[in-house]
Amino acid sequence: MSVEQKYIRNFCIIAHIDHGKSTLADRLLEYTGALSKREMVDQVLDTMDLERERGITIKLQAVRLHYRARDGQEYVLNLIDTPGHVDFTYEVSRSLAACEGALLVVDAAQGIEAQTLANVYLALEHNLEIIPVINKIDLPGAEPERVRREIEDVIGLDASEAILASAKTGVGTEEILEAIIRRVPPPRGDGEAPLQALIFDSIFDSYRGAIPYFRVVQGRVRKGDRIRFMATGAEFEVNEVGVFTPAPRPVESLAAGEVGFLAASIKNVKYTRVGDTITSAGRPAPAPLPGYRKVMPMVYCGLFPVESERYDDLRDALEKLQLNDASLTFETETSVALGFGFRCGFLGLLHMEIIQERLEREYGLELITTAPSVVYRVVGTNGSVVMVDNPTALPAPNLIDHIEEPFVEATIMTPKDFVGPVMELCQEKRGNFLNMDYLSEKRVALKYDLPLAEIIYDFFDQLKSRTRGYASLDYTLKGYRPSELVKMDILVNNEVVDALSLITHRDQAYQRGRALVERLRQLIPRQLFDVPIQAAVGSRVIARETIPALRKNVLAKCYGGDVTRKRKLLEKQKEGKKRMKQVGTVDIPQEAFMAVLKAGKS
Amino acid sequence: MGIVPQAGFVNKASHIYIHIPFCARKCNYCDFISYPEQSPEVMAVYCHRLEEEMELAAGTWQPGPAVTVFLGGGTPTILPAGLLERILVAVERNIDRQPGAEVSVEANPGTITLEKLRVLRSAGVNRLSLGVQSFDDRLLKAMGRIHRRRDIYQAYHLARRAGFANINLDLIFGLPGQTLENWQATLKEALALQPEHLAAYSLQVEENTPWGRLAATGNLNLPGEELELAMYQEAREMLAAAGYQQYEISNFARPGYRCRHNLTYWLNLPYLGLGAAAASSWQGERWQNYSNLEQYGAALSAGQLPRAEIEVTTPRQQMAETMFMGLRLLAGVNLQAFRQRFGKDAREVYAGEMERLLRAGLVEVQGYHLKLTERGLPLANEVFAAFV
Repeated sequence: MSVEQKYIRNFCIIAHIDHGKSTLADRLLEYTGALSKREMVDQVLDTMDLERERGITIKLQAVRLHYRARDGQEYVLNLIDTPGHVDFTYEVSRSLAACEGALLVVDAAQGIEAQTLANVYLALEHNLEIIPVINKIDLPGAEPERVRREIEDVIGLDASEAILASAKTGVGTEEILEAIIRRVPPPRGDGEAPLQALIFDSIFDSYRGAIPYFRVVQGRVRKGDRIRFMATGAEFEVNEVGVFTPAPRPVESLAAGEVGFLAASIKNVKYTRVGDTITSAGRPAPAPLPGYRKVMPMVYCGLFPVESERYDDLRDALEKLQLNDASLTFETETSVALGFGFRCGFLGLLHMEIIQERLEREYGLELITTAPSVVYRVVGTNGSVVMVDNPTALPAPNLIDHIEEPFVEATIMTPKDFVGPVMELCQEKRGNFLNMDYLSEKRVALKYDLPLAEIIYDFFDQLKSRTRGYASLDYTLKGYRPSELVKMDILVNNEVVDALSLITHRDQAYQRGRALVERLRQLIPRQLFDVPIQAAVGSRVIARETIPALRKNVLAKCYGGDVTRKRKLLEKQKEGKKRMKQVGTVDIPQEAFMAVLKAGKS
Repeated sequence: MGIVPQAGFVNKASHIYIHIPFCARKCNYCDFISYPEQSPEVMAVYCHRLEEEMELAAGTWQPGPAVTVFLGGGTPTILPAGLLERILVAVERNIDRQPGAEVSVEANPGTITLEKLRVLRSAGVNRLSLGVQSFDDRLLKAMGRIHRRRDIYQAYHLARRAGFANINLDLIFGLPGQTLENWQATLKEALALQPEHLAAYSLQVEENTPWGRLAATGNLNLPGEELELAMYQEAREMLAAAGYQQYEISNFARPGYRCRHNLTYWLNLPYLGLGAAAASSWQGERWQNYSNLEQYGAALSAGQLPRAEIEVTTPRQQMAETMFMGLRLLAGVNLQAFRQRFGKDAREVYAGEMERLLRAGLVEVQGYHLKLTERGLPLANEVFAAFV
């Protein structure tokens, strides 16, 4: 039976990476008895291995907790997990829209970070009740009072009631649960109105198909109902409604205010897009819930199998991943250098890395990845507009009137000692200073306009290294602006290697070309002849290096006739060669195609 | 090539390698199986085991009389004269020896005495291979060798006095801190001694050695490829001018003095290896004995052959080995012999590879032989890898 609304609380946790969100979620599960201590695998909510390794949440989950409060009443608490990375801002906003309250978890030693602030503002936009939690107070460097002031000064929240907690030791867990009951408003919504349920995540299960996770905003959904996804109009019959405890458990129905999942033999996650509204086919709601948009990839790169005969395997793997991840796009790409592969679109660099790793780990594929690119808006001399996500697809210069590139507004939070280096970095990266705020005596927030291309180049790594890891970054897309952009080609042994071409700002072309050819000189093994490597803009060579020919490679004598060992050495040498791509007569290793990202860093 | 057993792949005659895994101390570049500073008792027990293995192996494989016997190491001459004699007598007792067989012993100039040399001679040893490496005391010390320049002269003259008429000197170039002049000086001194045979190896830095670890941290001052290449060419020129014929990548001999034992490896002919860590190639199988002395001994006391890994080589592997070992010889691989042995034409089996290598100028066909070119010689690995 559905739960009475006044005993429901829907909330999420907002935290910076490493500030202890997953540990806190574990404590809440443990305290409410959703899991016994014995069943606890550390950090239950992050289910993918990758998430646990990286300590970040990629896929969201929702858990129903039963909590008997001090007032003697049993409450149902729905904890909706949110991803903690800028790539997934849209998903975060949909999760927040499914809640009435949020725990703001801030590390007592670190203070507020850019990503946290961005998500708090997002939560405030959705009118969420925010409960500050100052975590890790057991750490020697904890400064809860400083952090409390920072929360008040920076966000403008009343932090006098902030809960001091240690998710590690369990201190403060009960206070947090009580604060959720007391301060987060119960959901509202009419259980008898036409169904409106907000999808905040979906997964693909190979037995039951795509499974949306949703919050019922109005009405009710039962097993056997015919439902409609309002963005696509696709209709399905519900064969299961359930909640996570955290193990999935079927329930009779879910009514306004409740959170759960449904299964309806849906073949593809493209029907269960995050942000879409589920309604009843028989009695549809007049309009979908606000805020849905189709997520567009921001970053593109080419993925090619190292062994060309595994092209079909790569396509199968991408199709399978796409079942689970509607924001991943791909289409066939043909490269002269790399053969057949796919041009793939991602929400951001992290998303790209995750997909690559999953392809390699879960599908055993060896990949060559080309340097990531943003989407350029190319305005032709005849007024036509083309969106270009691949440098090789850039029209000839004489057909281009101008090129526009995506800009973001970036917020960087840093201890004030690093303001200088951060400003320098932003200048180097073609940034436009917008403003600077003091968050506290020690910390500063800087706002810059920056080209997205610079962010995906090496901005984040540079930011981390120039601020010894203390700065944090968040950004939002602002739109397209014209820039002086040129295509730079790389020639290896006098042949253009298309997979190495890139688009860069005219003023950076020389420096970037130098760094890239230098890096390639280190990465490409010596061949039996001299190999020139050149960077060229149009027909003008702007940088050149030469890999000298291999002169000597001989095995010493075979002691005691140990031929097997020699054979194995030779096999290893040959194996290494096989894993390279032959471009013309030159063997180029996998890493070379990502060299542009690492150029100038070694 | 008259001394080379041609195409005799069912050759009754056998080639025997015996490994002595002991040395005074481990050199900084050495990753061969050798245990430094062992007691005379350990050595005596080992020799006893070797005798057991010979008996067992002779019974199992029934090799024909030995045409070559090679005592290698480690440092065979670290053994007391009595043990050396026992081993050589045991070979003759179990396997027999063909008249005129080549019997070689490797020796470290720091471990030689006239007594030992006389015992070796009277036990039928007719070839001595001296691990000279360099005539530069500074380099010898850096390598961790126990001998010095004067020991080389002493050992060499003792060997001559004991009646050795076939002496090889092993030299190494490309040593850390070595210059071309230094290498030329070593070559000059070696030539002045007028040995019958010379080997000039380029230093291989192996991972699990003191030098390997230094190199990994960038703290080994290696001469670099260009200089190494220059040293190699210098050796080839100087030795050729002095009447030594290069017959293998690293080996040079006066006419009639090629090492027949090593030729069996290069021609991919069968051989039996005895002793810890020794490798064998016999009737389509390759194996290696246990390297660990306890394991080696335990197998033998249980009456079993101490074979650690046995690999049945496929015809494809045998062909590959015949190619990449044979190409080490300057004469190259005899394509007719290849055809007789495998029933296939190497030019067809390796059509693509040979085409590529010929075009790159790394190999050439001369008569019935496929051989490395002048250009291919220092790049031999690039050639070999094509055949595996």
